Amino acid sequence: MQMFIQEVLATIEHQPVRLLTILRKIQNRYRHIPLAAIEQLAEALAIPRTQIIAVVEFYSFFHLTPQGRYEILLSDSITDLMLGQAANARYLAEKLGVEPGNVRHDGLVSLNFTSCTGLCDQGPAALINGLPVAQLDFAKIDSLVGLIDQQVPVEQWPAAWFDVNDNIQHPGLLLNSTIKPGQGLAAAWQRGLAATLQQIDQSGLRGRGGAGFKTAQKWRFCAEENSAQRYVVCNADEGEPGTFKDRVLLNRYADQVFEGMTLSAMIVGANQGFLYLRGEYAYLYQALEAVLLRRRQQGLLGANILGHGVSFDIEIRLGAGAYICGEESALIESLEGKPGIPRNRPPYPVSSGYLNQPTVVNNVETFLAAAAIAAHGGQWFASVGTEKSAGSKILSISGDCARPGIYEYAFGTTIARILADCGASEVLGVQVGGPSGTFISIEEADRRLAFEDLATGGSFIIFNRSRSIFDIAKNFTDFFAHESCGFCSPCRIGTSLLKKQLDKIVLGHGSVGDVVELESLSNLLKQYSHCGLGQTAANPVLTTLQRYPELYQQQLKQISYEPGFDLDAALETARQMANRDDAAAHLQQVED
Amino acid sequence: MASKLRVATTSLAGCFGCHMSFLDIDERLLALVEVAEFDRSPLTDIEHCGPCDIGLIEGGVCNAENVHVLREFRKNCKILVAVGACALNGGLPAMRNMIPLQDCLLEAYRDGIGVENAQIPCDPELPLLLDKVRPIHEVVKVDYFLPGCPPSADVFWAFLTALIEGRQPDLPYELVHYD
Amino acid sequence: MPTLTIDGQTVAFQPGQTIIEAATAAGIYIPHLCHKPGYSPHGSCKLCSVTVNGRNCSACTFPAAEGQQVISNSDQLQQDRRKITQMLFVEGNHFCPSCEKSGNCQLQAVGYQLNMLDNHFPHFYPQRKVDASHPDIVLDHNRCIFCNLCVRASREQDGKNVFAISGRGINKHLIVNADTGLLKDSQLTVDDCAAHICPTGAILIRHTAYQRPIGQRIYDHHPISEVALEQEHGK
Repeated sequence: MQMFIQEVLATIEHQPVRLLTILRKIQNRYRHIPLAAIEQLAEALAIPRTQIIAVVEFYSFFHLTPQGRYEILLSDSITDLMLGQAANARYLAEKLGVEPGNVRHDGLVSLNFTSCTGLCDQGPAALINGLPVAQLDFAKIDSLVGLIDQQVPVEQWPAAWFDVNDNIQHPGLLLNSTIKPGQGLAAAWQRGLAATLQQIDQSGLRGRGGAGFKTAQKWRFCAEENSAQRYVVCNADEGEPGTFKDRVLLNRYADQVFEGMTLSAMIVGANQGFLYLRGEYAYLYQALEAVLLRRRQQGLLGANILGHGVSFDIEIRLGAGAYICGEESALIESLEGKPGIPRNRPPYPVSSGYLNQPTVVNNVETFLAAAAIAAHGGQWFASVGTEKSAGSKILSISGDCARPGIYEYAFGTTIARILADCGASEVLGVQVGGPSGTFISIEEADRRLAFEDLATGGSFIIFNRSRSIFDIAKNFTDFFAHESCGFCSPCRIGTSLLKKQLDKIVLGHGSVGDVVELESLSNLLKQYSHCGLGQTAANPVLTTLQRYPELYQQQLKQISYEPGFDLDAALETARQMANRDDAAAHLQQVED
Repeated sequence: MASKLRVATTSLAGCFGCHMSFLDIDERLLALVEVAEFDRSPLTDIEHCGPCDIGLIEGGVCNAENVHVLREFRKNCKILVAVGACALNGGLPAMRNMIPLQDCLLEAYRDGIGVENAQIPCDPELPLLLDKVRPIHEVVKVDYFLPGCPPSADVFWAFLTALIEGRQPDLPYELVHYD
Repeated sequence: MPTLTIDGQTVAFQPGQTIIEAATAAGIYIPHLCHKPGYSPHGSCKLCSVTVNGRNCSACTFPAAEGQQVISNSDQLQQDRRKITQMLFVEGNHFCPSCEKSGNCQLQAVGYQLNMLDNHFPHFYPQRKVDASHPDIVLDHNRCIFCNLCVRASREQDGKNVFAISGRGINKHLIVNADTGLLKDSQLTVDDCAAHICPTGAILIRHTAYQRPIGQRIYDHHPISEVALEQEHGK
């Protein structure tokens, strides 16, 4: 192992900022991060061992104890569950002889759940040793259990199992006008960089991650900072349950995304860029490296881009399973090889980002759009959309509809139109913008896709009338409790308390004051959390509570109080040990 | 004269220290009994709580009997008060929550030093233990909380006189402590 | 000097100061646990949450700026700070009667100052360990609130990096920089700042417990608002 680690350390040039890269390699090879490896790394990188342990324990894909040689992760996002993931999990557990959350006694296989894998349009999905398996069903499970028992390496499994479809159902402005490699950069040089920034400004482009900050303004702020070193970062940590558009953009239009990054770098004066790719998309890594290599060969990256003497290159850094890293300052911490804990702001990344240097962080789709705007002009983009929300938005549509996949619409399009296009019927409501966004009921189908109405990073999950509001709110609330980074008290403790309180109501143990308590807790999280995760973690509760107060009230018993834990179950241990089962050995949950 | 306020008190998983502290109001007891009378309490022989104005609960909930007594109080008392650290957060008895109940019982009745005739008590007369000791607000609705281990006599006095005079009880800084 | 207002009171500040620094210098107490003058701002406990021009932020990290209208002492903020304190109490295992820090504990004192009478929320009763391996210092994880002060003290003052906070979400825990993970094998010594900085009873110096009788302890008669201003004013 010592030799292996030395080799890997050499490939990362002994840079502590690349700690996640090296840990990924150790995890892949040894199925965990052995303590001896941590000691060796601490020594070689001259960082405290605690810093490495903190990283290992922060990210879901790193483990201090060995995982199976076949590591199966089942996506437990609501869309996967709606497609039968719970039955898959039970069937797999039975066939493999290992319960979720465990490694089988022979160490061959481990089974776990994981947050949304970004295959919502072709779920239920799994990652097996990092490779995506879409549309998992009992037949596939039967086969894969056989392959595992025969210890056939994953590389030799039927290749078709790992096919992932792009499912582009409705291309719009951007997807119908993609550019050729170098087209945007050439146009920018011809027009001049300042004039190109002007075009981006005139296009009205706003960040596509959901927050909607004006892109030209962000780039200008970064360019105006007094610094010798600047960075451009592409946020491909697409973790919001229900979004997968970045997966498709990177799979099919990576060239244009890299072109947008290069354009940004030329404008702000950066010579280093990073693509921060979520760990769940590691299977895209090699193809993306190939694109980067080709672009270098084409003179579109590297020391002398298009012969203009500008230097810029892009490194891909992989995440390791942490939703919070989609928050830009947490992403930067992760890029620096640390736990993804959001920073205090100000300062903002444009003035103090990666290694405390001015840094532009934009979404995959933003860079894609910027490259297109450089080629086609600002007016081309601004000609569609609304006054406050120019251009189009690429949506990831999943859930109850006939044709899930990628849809692109001009801003201002109504929800009703989108639902009709994707073949949704008997609709109860739509989760727009993922769990951190808004749940709207079908009554609101005339609302529009726009920053001024329904803002979204792209997640669009449809629920039909057979679905329960509580299943939805509960799945999302559990998700936030699982993904809270734990830095600030309101979110660390509040997301877990919210989960308990919602469970209490959903499971029918709620009484008179419990909805008020739920709402009060939600507001506390919203008001005082450190970052967007905590501030939006109660949105699933608040937006459903606002629309269906009567459903919540109906869950409550008309008594003054009921315990939030199972009283009779709390006696079980004592009952067994005393070998009793008489009437006095039991408790009613509420008094008669 | 208006009828007296009826007050009931009990100790669940507590040490009666809160009751002792209550008695420390000393001669103020005489003033208290002018306006209040005791229902079920260690101070009386009443076995079951009848309709009362105020119920004072010392101790947390550690076994099935505690649950029944607590419910009896909740049903009969207009105002239910959690008194002392154990009622508020489980207190010292809740320090067993960090040890699995099975281990606690085995240590106490089978494996511990000096145990003779080792067996887990199984008489149906004995209440079974809950897996965790709970504060009373996790089992019934509680109206007021008096922190302290124990709350001082002055806390009892300030609280009860406020209720008797129809004021909202309010504890000043000096009377709020958790130990 | 530029000025801002806190609860209507005009306060002058030095450029570069945070809101809490400006407040402390002006003799205004804002509740806090993870903040300590002289240490890099952290902003995790959120007790110092204030409303600045209508928006909530942490006074210990947010820069003071000309004309800011800061609200700190409103009923709403005090009530919400009380709830955050209650959250900290139910998250760990805080049994004051059996804790040597009682009476001198900042977590407890903040509870007193906010007139917190109960823990309100359901308790987590987490399973946490006590590290009693060190001859001079005890580490009781049951009482850790993840304020990060010992981490900063060891790094910034002692130059040792003895502590770090590991894990994610509700599974956060303090870890010790030693190959065994035990305090006795770390570089921590009893004269380190990190050994003395804990606001709760998570890190305690042995042989010093119960030296001051009840009635003479730090917060027995003086609220933390007074004590903190006395200690932190002018620092």
